[in-house]
Amino acid sequence: MAEAVDYKVIGTSPVRPDGVDKVTGRAQYGADMNLPNMIYGKVLRSPHAHARIKSVDLSKALAMPGVYAAVSGADFPQAQHGEIGGEGGGDVADLAKNIMARDKVLYHGHAVAAVAARSVQLAEAALEAIDVSYEPLPPVLDLDAAMAVDATLLDENCFTKNLPEKPDKPSNIAAVMQLARGDVEAGFADADVIVEGEYRIPMAHQGYIEPHACTASVNEGGQATVWCCTQGHFEFRAMASKVLNMNIADLKFIASEIGGGFGGKTVLYLEPLAILLSQKSHRPVKMTMTREEVFRATGPTSGTHCKVKVGAKKDGTLTAATAWLAYEAGAFAGAPMGPGAMSIFAPYRLDNFHIEALDVLVNKPKVAAYRAPGAPQSMHAMECALDDLARELGMDPIDLRMKNAAEEGTQAPYGPKFPAIGFKACLEAAKQHPHYTRPIPEGAGRGVAAGFWFNVGMQSSAEVHINENGTVTVVEGNPDIGGSRASMCLMAAETLGVTYEQVRTLIGDTESTGFSNVTGGSRTTFATGMAVVQACEDIIAQCKARAAATWGVDEDQVEWEDGQAVPAPGVNADVKPLSLADIAANAARTGGPLLGRASLNAQGAGASFAVNIADVKVDRDTGKVDVLSYTAIQDAGKAIHPAYVEGQMQGGAAQGIGWALNEEYIFNTDGVMENAGFLDYRIPVASDLPMIDTQIIEVPNPSHPYGVRGVGETPIVAPLAVIANAVRAATGLRINDLPFSPPRVLEALDNA
Amino acid sequence: MNKVQVSTSINGEEVEFLCEPQQTLLEVLRETLDKTGTKEGCSTGDCGACSVLLDDRLVCSCLVLGVEAQGSEISTIEGMAGSEGLHPIQQKFLEHAALQCGICTPGLIVATKALLDKNPNPDEETIRYWLAGNLCRCTGYDKIVRAVQDAAKELAHPA
Amino acid sequence: MGAFAYVAPSNLEEALAVLKEHASAGTRAQLLAGGTDLLVQLRSADKTPRTIVDIKKIAETNRIDIGSEEVYIGSAIPSAVLNENTELAALFPGLLEAADLIGSTQIQGRATVGGNLCNASPAGDSIPAMIAAGGVCVIVGAKGTRELPVEDFLTGVGKNALEPGELLLGLKFKRPGPRTADAYLRFIPRTEMDIAVAGCGVSVTLDQNGTCTAARVAIGAVAPTALLVPAAAEALLGSKLDDDALTAAGAACTAASSPISDKRGTVEYRRKVVAVLCRRAAAIARDRAKG
Repeated sequence: MAEAVDYKVIGTSPVRPDGVDKVTGRAQYGADMNLPNMIYGKVLRSPHAHARIKSVDLSKALAMPGVYAAVSGADFPQAQHGEIGGEGGGDVADLAKNIMARDKVLYHGHAVAAVAARSVQLAEAALEAIDVSYEPLPPVLDLDAAMAVDATLLDENCFTKNLPEKPDKPSNIAAVMQLARGDVEAGFADADVIVEGEYRIPMAHQGYIEPHACTASVNEGGQATVWCCTQGHFEFRAMASKVLNMNIADLKFIASEIGGGFGGKTVLYLEPLAILLSQKSHRPVKMTMTREEVFRATGPTSGTHCKVKVGAKKDGTLTAATAWLAYEAGAFAGAPMGPGAMSIFAPYRLDNFHIEALDVLVNKPKVAAYRAPGAPQSMHAMECALDDLARELGMDPIDLRMKNAAEEGTQAPYGPKFPAIGFKACLEAAKQHPHYTRPIPEGAGRGVAAGFWFNVGMQSSAEVHINENGTVTVVEGNPDIGGSRASMCLMAAETLGVTYEQVRTLIGDTESTGFSNVTGGSRTTFATGMAVVQACEDIIAQCKARAAATWGVDEDQVEWEDGQAVPAPGVNADVKPLSLADIAANAARTGGPLLGRASLNAQGAGASFAVNIADVKVDRDTGKVDVLSYTAIQDAGKAIHPAYVEGQMQGGAAQGIGWALNEEYIFNTDGVMENAGFLDYRIPVASDLPMIDTQIIEVPNPSHPYGVRGVGETPIVAPLAVIANAVRAATGLRINDLPFSPPRVLEALDNA
Repeated sequence: MNKVQVSTSINGEEVEFLCEPQQTLLEVLRETLDKTGTKEGCSTGDCGACSVLLDDRLVCSCLVLGVEAQGSEISTIEGMAGSEGLHPIQQKFLEHAALQCGICTPGLIVATKALLDKNPNPDEETIRYWLAGNLCRCTGYDKIVRAVQDAAKELAHPA
Repeated sequence: MGAFAYVAPSNLEEALAVLKEHASAGTRAQLLAGGTDLLVQLRSADKTPRTIVDIKKIAETNRIDIGSEEVYIGSAIPSAVLNENTELAALFPGLLEAADLIGSTQIQGRATVGGNLCNASPAGDSIPAMIAAGGVCVIVGAKGTRELPVEDFLTGVGKNALEPGELLLGLKFKRPGPRTADAYLRFIPRTEMDIAVAGCGVSVTLDQNGTCTAARVAIGAVAPTALLVPAAAEALLGSKLDDDALTAAGAACTAASSPISDKRGTVEYRRKVVAVLCRRAAAIARDRAKG
C-alpha cells in the first residue's frame, strides 16, 4: 500500500467554482436556452409497444398555420450498421432507429414523427394532425416470453451473437456471454454447504430531475449549433454526425449545465430531431421532454432474472460458484450483461466459476447506462446468496467476505490481476464501524453487502492557461455533473503549487477544446484529472524554461517548488524565486502566453470497492420497510474533494435504497408503462431516508498521480442486497424479488 | 390569441405580462420573462423544482396558471441574493456541498426559505417532511438537511 | 395544455351567472380552486373547449367560521391555511391531518379540501376524514342553496352530485362535543408524495367511563368512492374501544371494501391494510377523546 501523502489542497472541500451560479438560478441547464425566433419541437410517440408502421402522413400538420416543419423516419438518411464507441454507444443503425422509428415501432413511446411550431401548445396540436397507420404486433414483455421457443421476434435479423456456431434461426436473444475458470463440478463436490437463489428485479430509471432538452440552430450553410444537457457533448456530436450523415466539422455541441444523468444522458434522443427541424424551418428549435416522455422513451436500466449458486467449505472458503444472468435490452441489443457478468464475483477469490449472461430483446425502451450498469442486479444475487451462506455456516457476513476477499494479486474473474485495491480495508472498517458494533434496535434487522465497480479510463483532453496575473484557467471537455470542476481546480492547484482560489475550470464546447469521452464510468476525476495534472506539468516545464532563460541558467538547474521556480539545490544563482504570477507578467518577453496541454487515453482506472450497512424495520401489518440507519464505506483511492465523494456515496445509496424498496417500471399487458411520473415511480423523498453515514477509505490507485479511483458508480451496487439482507434479518424471510413494495413484503410475511 | 394582461410583483419589482389562460406561471416565468432559475422537472407538482413563493406561500409554479397570479407577489430564486451577496441559505448550500447537479437547488432553496420564515428552528424530521416535495436524485438529502440546519443557525445568530 | 377561457368572478352572483350561462348553453365550465388536480388533468385530458371558473375570489369560499354549534370551511381554503388554524386543529385533528397529507408542502399551499372532494378520487385523503367528522356540503346554484352529506356527494370515480350551474361553497360540520375526537390514517409506500393505497377516518365520542357512545368510520381508496361504514361504527359503539372492538371494526371495513388491483396495491393488500388503518386510527381517536 502506498504511503499516505500530505497534500496542500487535495483532500479539502472548498466551494465549487460553479456554485454561486447554481444557487442563484443563473446556471443554464438544457431547457434554459432561449434564442430569438426560436420555435418549439415536439415528438409524436407510438401508442403501441410493437407494430409495423404502414404509413406516416405529415401533410395536415404541415398545413397548420404556425407549424414550420415536420419530420418522420423517411427524412433521415439510411442508417448503416456499425459500432460507435463510448458509454452511450452501440450500433449506429439501432441508435438511429431508436431516435426515430422507421419500419417498426418497438416500444410504447417510440418516436414516430416530430414537428416544430410557434408554441409548444401548437406543436402538440400539430402532432394530433399527423396520420400514422400501424399494423399492431403482439408485444414481448418479459424475459421468459422473449426467450420462449415460439416467441414473437422483435427483429427477424437478430441472430444470437457469440454462440460457437451461428444459429440457423433468429431469436430475441441478441447475444450471450460466458466467463469461466477452473472446474465448477469439482468445486461444488468439494463444498460442505451450497446455497442457491433466483432473483428478479424489474426495469428501473435513473430518475434525474432534469428532463432531456436541447436547442438546435442550423444556418443556411448547413452548420449546426446544439445546446443540450449531455454527459458527453463530443460523443453526442459523433453520434449525431452518424445518424444524420453530417460532417462532424459542421456540428458544434455545447454542453449546458446538466441536471443529473447517472448514465442516462450518454444517449442521444432529441438532438438529431431538433437539427433536422431547424434545417427545415430555418429557425432555432428548442425541444424538451416531458417527465412522462423521459420515463417512456429514454433508457432505463435492464430488468433482470438472475440465478446464482455458491459452494463453500465449513470455514467459509468459497469452492465454486455459477451464475445465469438474463438482462432485458429493451427494443435494441445492448443490455449491460457484460459488466454484470464481470462484476458478480469480482470481489472474491474464486478458482472455480461459470457465468452465462444474456442480452434479451423485449418491447420496452432501449436500456441505457445507469450507474455501474449491470452490476447492481447481478451483485444483488451474489450478495444475497453470500448472506444466506453466512447464516448456514453460522459465520459473521463480514468475516465470510473477508475470508474470500480479493486483494492485490488476485486474478479478477474478467482476467487481469488486481493491483492494490481496498476491499479488505473496507471490510475491516465495516467490522469496526460503530454502526456494526452497536446493538441492533429492537425489532429491526441489520444487513451488510459489498459493492464493486471496475471504473474506466478512456480519452480526455485538458488545457491549462496561465492568465496575465498568474491565475489559472483549466479547460476540459467533461460536463460537470456533481462537482468535477472543483476536483479539477484542486488537482491543478496542487500540481502547480497555487491556491484553489487561483484556479478556475471551465467546460469547453466541441470547437474550443480537445475530445473527451463522456462523463461516465466514474472516469472524469480519474482520466480527465490525469490530463489536467499532465497539462499542469507541461506548464511547470515551460515555467522552468522561462525561469532558466530569465536567469541565464540551464533548464535542469531550475526546480518548481510551492508554485515558484527556484534554483535547484547547489545551483549558484543569486536570484529571487519566480512565482507563476511573476512568470506570467513577464511572459511576453520570454516567449508569449503560457499554455499547457495534455491529451491521453487513460489506463489503469482502479477498481473501487464498498461495504454498506443498513438497519431496517418492517411493519408486519402493512409490509412497509423503513430504513433506520445506513452507512456506506468505500475506497476512493484518494478523495480529491471529500465532501463530493461523500455526496456520491450518499446519493448512490439513496438511489439503491429507492430501487430496493419501491422503484420499478410497471407495464400493463399491452406494454404501456402505468407509472410514468414521479407520483407513482417512487424515488425516495427526503422524509424516506435517514442520514447516510459515510466512511471514505483511501487505498491509492497506483496508476493515478494522486491515487484517484472513480467513486461515482460503486455506491449504487451494494444497497440492493444490503436492504434485502436487512429485511431477511428483520423478518427471517428471504424475499428474492425486488422491489420490496409493501404488498410484496406483506404477502411474504402472511405466507410464512 | 386570447392573451390576458396580468399585473404582478416579482421579487419586489412590478411586472406586467401577457399570457394565454392555459400557460402556467412556470411557463410564463421561464419562457416569457426569461427567469429560467425556476426549473421544470415534471409539470405535475411532483418534484418541486419549480417552487416559488406566491404571496408568501410555497407553491409549485407548474400548478398555478399565469392568469391566477394577477395582483400577486411572487418570489423566485432570482430574488434571493441581494446587494449584500448570497442569502445565508444559498451560502450554506454551497458550504455543505448540498448540491451536485444543481437542478433541484433553486426549488430547494426557495422551499427552505419558506420553512425558515415560518419555523426558524426546525428539527431534522420537520425539515425532511417540509422538503418531501422537493426531489433530489443526487445527494441522498443528507447534506441538504445539514445545510438547512446550519442556515437556520446562521439566520438565528448571524456570524 | 389545450386552450381554454378563464374567468375569476369576484362574487357569488357573478359566479352563478357564469355557471348558469354555460349550463343553459350546454357548454363546458369547470371550477378551479387550488388547481392541483385540475391543472394536471388539463394537461392530459381531452382538449374540448371549456371555461375555467376560478372560485377563489368569492368571499364565501374563502371563509372559516367557527361557531358554538357549527364549523364552516369555505371550499377554496388551501390545506396550509387550514393547518395553521389552531382552533380547527383542536376540534378536528383527524380532518386536519388528512388535509396535511394531501401532497407536499407546495401542494398544500394550493390544494383545498373542497377541491379534493369535488375531484372525487377514490383515494382523496380528506374525504374519509370529512365523512367521519360528519361533514355536510353546502351547494349553491340558480335555485338557491342545498345541503348534502359528504358521503352522498360522491357518485362515482371522479363524479360528484353537483348539477350544471352549481358550485360547492363550503363544508359544514357540527362542532364536536366533549370527549369527541377524530383521526385519519392512510397507507402509502413512501412517507410522503403518494396517493393513498387505503385510508380510514374515524370519529368517536366517549362517555365519562370511556365507553363509545357515538362513532363514524369512513374508508378511502378501497371502493369507487370513499364510504361511510356503519357496520364498523356499530362494532365500536358500546365498547371501550378495546382490541376486540377495534379488530371487529377493522373487519367491517374489510367487508365493506371493494378495491381494485392497480399500480398502487392489490385487492388482497388493500382489504388487509384498510382493517389495520381502521384499528390504528380508532385507537388514536380514542386516546384523543380521552384527552
